[in-house]
Amino acid sequence: MNGNAVQAIARKDLKVVIRNKTVSIPLIVMPVVILVGLPVATALMPKIGDMGDMQSLMGPLQALLAGYDEAQGPVVYLLAFMVVPFYLLMSVTVSIAGASDSFAGEKERKTLEALLYTPTTDGELLLGKLLSAWLPSLGIAWGGFLLYIVTANLAAWPVMGRLWFPTTMWLVLALWVAPAVTGLGVVAMVLISSRARTFQAAYSLGAMVIVPILLLGVLPLSGVMAFSAWVLALLGLLFWAIDAVLLWLGWHSFRRTKLALEM
Amino acid sequence: MNSEIAFVTDGLTRHFGDVVAVDHLTLEVRAGEVFGFLGHNGAGKTTTVRMLNGVLAPTSGTAQVLGLAPTEQGPALRRRTGVLTETPSLDERLTGRENLEIYATLYGVPRREIAARVGELMELFQLDDRADEKAADYSKGMKQRLALARALIHRPQLLFLDEPTSGLDPVATRLVHDMITHLSHDEDRTVFLCTHNLDEAQKLCDRVAVLEHGKLVALGTPEELASKIGRSQRLEFQVASADEETVLRLLAEAPGVSAHREDGTIVAAGAEWEAIPGLVASLASSGVRIYRVAPQEASLEEAYFALQSEKEEMS
Repeated sequence: MNGNAVQAIARKDLKVVIRNKTVSIPLIVMPVVILVGLPVATALMPKIGDMGDMQSLMGPLQALLAGYDEAQGPVVYLLAFMVVPFYLLMSVTVSIAGASDSFAGEKERKTLEALLYTPTTDGELLLGKLLSAWLPSLGIAWGGFLLYIVTANLAAWPVMGRLWFPTTMWLVLALWVAPAVTGLGVVAMVLISSRARTFQAAYSLGAMVIVPILLLGVLPLSGVMAFSAWVLALLGLLFWAIDAVLLWLGWHSFRRTKLALEM
Repeated sequence: MNSEIAFVTDGLTRHFGDVVAVDHLTLEVRAGEVFGFLGHNGAGKTTTVRMLNGVLAPTSGTAQVLGLAPTEQGPALRRRTGVLTETPSLDERLTGRENLEIYATLYGVPRREIAARVGELMELFQLDDRADEKAADYSKGMKQRLALARALIHRPQLLFLDEPTSGLDPVATRLVHDMITHLSHDEDRTVFLCTHNLDEAQKLCDRVAVLEHGKLVALGTPEELASKIGRSQRLEFQVASADEETVLRLLAEAPGVSAHREDGTIVAAGAEWEAIPGLVASLASSGVRIYRVAPQEASLEEAYFALQSEKEEMS
């Protein structure tokens, strides 16, 4: 494995994505909107809303909120639990947007052919593309997490009066689940992108990855499943397992000779 | 040129569904020669280059390129070949310098040599004053020169050039022609030149092959191909103006010959090489004052079009 070649592919793609404002700006704006906008809305909500409905929504989470008083419970519910599906969705959306461009974008820009003529192996080519999509996704997920530590604590300060975030559940989410879920988006999308002719076609197919994530996000709201550190740890394990299977399939099926047929 | 073989193909074939893009191509290209690969759009030139570099697998047949099997030893082979693709295939959001630096790494140029090599090529292709501008801001000719520089970044032993002078102005075209000649004659590198430009092929190539719907229809030096359509298909006569009518009449009487006036001379077409002395003698014996008779060698272009029409007639 030629590490320099893998790095060169990743570096090239990162530069291209960063300089493509139509891709890079949404990648930055979306996390900011979610991870700043939701805490701000939460901070305002108890003053303007009727909290009666909130208590019924919190029902399945009562055990997890046992250590908090009546004023703190809804805030913790909103900031620690309600945001989880949004954070997962944000992570996977970012990874899908980046990875959709990997091969399909190169086909569209007619830059793929020169890359195929390089002495990289098929594995190096695939790994370079995976890293170039995964690293920025992970960077945004972790950068978003750091931002959220600040905004969640600030938003909850009037009620909590102390630094309470990140919770154990969020540490598991950010450090264990987010890398896995972005990895899932990246591996799936890079493989889809290698078969799609255009970025748009690849991105549309990405919905197939987003839907299961959305379902996982909706389930706890319906009370079927409550997110907790353990549940997230298991969820992360499931995502890592899916990543491993997809990676194995991709590694054994990815051939530049197949890509060349799409040029 | 030396006696070693740069690459050899044996019955190389590629199907795309029912379409046969390359049809049993058997070819031998010698190391150090400039080999022209001629053919219309869709004749199979690009598919051939892809197969020779292990980017596309053949449906059947084999190839040995620089002693390696492209399909099985692609990475090792591509380290020694350079390809200029039909479109420049540049990352337009990167600068010219970044394009070359990244590909230098991908082609395994040692890290400590990259800056110097990139600078050298930028200067050679007269891009040094725009090296740090985005490739998107380059003109078509500059992009083509940058793509050519990229193909040469690792000093490849075998260079595949697909329409290298497309979009270039005459000065840049001359630069590329001189570079091809230099690479072949002074550095003993092999150049496989895919081109529509028959004048370019005639000027640069030691040998040419003509591909028609994936099949090899002609192979030889440009002179050999031209001679195949008849070495003196055209004869140019300069005679006294008072004798022009007589010449036109007598030439028209000769079997297979047609004649017409062209730029102050009389041009006869269709005369066999062996019949020329007799033709001239009969004109002289008829009292025609002949000042000059010049057989016009057929060009590669004429040979190419003769081959095309021959094919059309056969089909």
